[in-house]
Amino acid sequence: MPALTLTIDGRLVSSRAGETLLQVIRGNGIDLPTLCYLEGLSPRGGCRLCMVEVAGREKPQAACVTPAEEGMVVTTGSERLQRYRRQIVELLLAERNHTCSVCVVNGQCELQSLAARFGIDHVRYAYLSPRLPLDASHQRFGMDPGRCVLCARCVRTCDEVEGAHTLDLRGRGVRSCISIDLNEPWGRSETCTTCGKCVQSCPTGALFEKWTARGEKVRAPELIPRILAWRETHER
Amino acid sequence: MAETISINPVTRIEGHTRIDIFLDDSGAVTDARFLATSFRGFEAFCLGRSFWEMPGITARICGICPTSHALASALAGDRLLGLTVPPTAVKLRRVLALAQVIQSHALSFFFLSLPDFLPGLRDDPARRTLTELARSHPDLVTNAVQLRRFAHDITSRVGGGVVHPQWIIPGGMAEPLSEKVRQEFLSQIPGLIAIATATIAQFRQMSDGLRLAGRLGSLPTLYLGLTSAEKTLEYYEGELTVMDRKGTLLMAGAVPERFPELVAEELSSWNYLKGPYYAPLGAVDGSYRVGPLARLNLVARAGTRLADAELATFREQVGAGHPVHDVFFAHHARLIEIMAALERLQELLDDPTIIDRRVRSRAEVNQSKGIGVCEAPRGTLCHEYHVDENGLLERVNLVIATVQNSPAMNRAVREIARREIRGARLTEEVAQLLQIAIRAYDPCISCATHAAGSNGLVIRLVAPDGTVVQAFPT
Repeated sequence: MPALTLTIDGRLVSSRAGETLLQVIRGNGIDLPTLCYLEGLSPRGGCRLCMVEVAGREKPQAACVTPAEEGMVVTTGSERLQRYRRQIVELLLAERNHTCSVCVVNGQCELQSLAARFGIDHVRYAYLSPRLPLDASHQRFGMDPGRCVLCARCVRTCDEVEGAHTLDLRGRGVRSCISIDLNEPWGRSETCTTCGKCVQSCPTGALFEKWTARGEKVRAPELIPRILAWRETHER
Repeated sequence: MAETISINPVTRIEGHTRIDIFLDDSGAVTDARFLATSFRGFEAFCLGRSFWEMPGITARICGICPTSHALASALAGDRLLGLTVPPTAVKLRRVLALAQVIQSHALSFFFLSLPDFLPGLRDDPARRTLTELARSHPDLVTNAVQLRRFAHDITSRVGGGVVHPQWIIPGGMAEPLSEKVRQEFLSQIPGLIAIATATIAQFRQMSDGLRLAGRLGSLPTLYLGLTSAEKTLEYYEGELTVMDRKGTLLMAGAVPERFPELVAEELSSWNYLKGPYYAPLGAVDGSYRVGPLARLNLVARAGTRLADAELATFREQVGAGHPVHDVFFAHHARLIEIMAALERLQELLDDPTIIDRRVRSRAEVNQSKGIGVCEAPRGTLCHEYHVDENGLLERVNLVIATVQNSPAMNRAVREIARREIRGARLTEEVAQLLQIAIRAYDPCISCATHAAGSNGLVIRLVAPDGTVVQAFPT
């Protein structure tokens, strides 16, 4: 495999052809923030937190979906990028009802830790406070769209890892929601295998095991790439 | 000319409130009302949420008694699940309920009311503050801080968080207690009992000098609260007991779940507080009180050695009788309850089974209605939830102690206003007396309205045409 050479934050680094900028950047020890990216799943470029500046390109690029190219000059943490990332997290917080104090994933939430990392102690945008009903119809799992960031990790996990494709997105823009089958209550889904991988892939408390109290959700998103690795070993 | 006087804000209470005093053309007091002026709407916005979240959400009704709300909520959740909570979890919840009593009563007595009593009544209002008290009586303030720190530590390390404990959950407790933490708390109790003993002695000395007994409104009412089956103090589960004005029990041994059928609520157009009454006797005769005074009236004994000795003294007090109707003695009652709580904590923590690891039962939703009743520091607290088949809330009713005491507070304010207001003017002395009376009830308005706003307590004198002629503070 041919090697590429590129410059990241003023440092010369090498990568293999076919790698994304996110892989190269993280592979070189830079902790680039992501939310919709989950190792093992196809990248989506949805959350835009991994945006970087590439010399010669006017718009910032989402590193998770940008292939590394020979001679690229990349900046990962400019003042502009930091401002954008903070704005993105603030907008996510304003869009839905993220009441950390009573959430099942309080203390382990990816959105919460990003907010803490960017020093977000208040949100400058008006809260939309949408009325989004809880789906507690499934025997084991619950879904609170009020805590959803629309990263679609659950959708990709259900499709690409479990192969059920029970979950999908419906609606447009800020009003999009995760949909079960053809917009059925979860408890009535005929395709859901009750495997629970969607719950493990969810970065927030939007998907949770029922009968968990505040801060009790145990998260193991690393389970997803591990399952894929086991499968690969098995198939070989 | 007819007039209106306002006291605004009255400080050193929990939440925001106002007293309106209505005058006729001759300047005589026609009526007085104690009003909650804010709206919060917990009963509305919790609809559609899961009952699993309710201990966390309802604990945020109040920063003083979050544990009580979490306990009532978890009790209601236990009923929805239809399970039996492990005995050790019940003990841990009792520990938390007792810590709540100590924390809240110490706040009410030392920080909210003592600045009225020390250095003395009718003193310069600017000197009636906690900071002034800390300067003149540092020992008392230190004692208060020690009591409250102990209670907060319990909430934090047994309940999983201060201000809001998060381990109180439907089915039991999320975490067991460790031996190390148990020993740490046990070692602190003797010193705190000494503090409680000294405080009671100081209060007895002080209270004779204050001559407030009989001046704060002492209309007889019924009393309602939980007691143990042995008629001793009980804050968690227990039996519902109701006593009439003469001290005869109207009801004893009732299961706490019967609370909603025994208490009816009258809605008013002028107040965000509902007016509850003992349903079997109707709105006029059914006026009752809850809280420390009610609990000490209802029990035969406190149930612990030192608290029982002090309860005997309390009941012998000149002019007090049984039941004790004079709300001034609620201060004394709070101190006795602090003592009893410390002694009970000692008993509970001495029990080696308190560190048992099994503290949680699990079940699915088995009932559509759950009622949880406990004794909050200010009195009986009831959470009633109705859920759908998936455990999502369809109806929420919260009955708060301060709401239950509000008709009595109204009567007290009216009684004092009629007796003390002369020439349609509110003097500094009368304004202070009104505030002392309200503080004796230790009302928690944020709880009662389940607050937006920031005005403390306001007293207004109102003319027949509705104009406000005087407001306090100006």
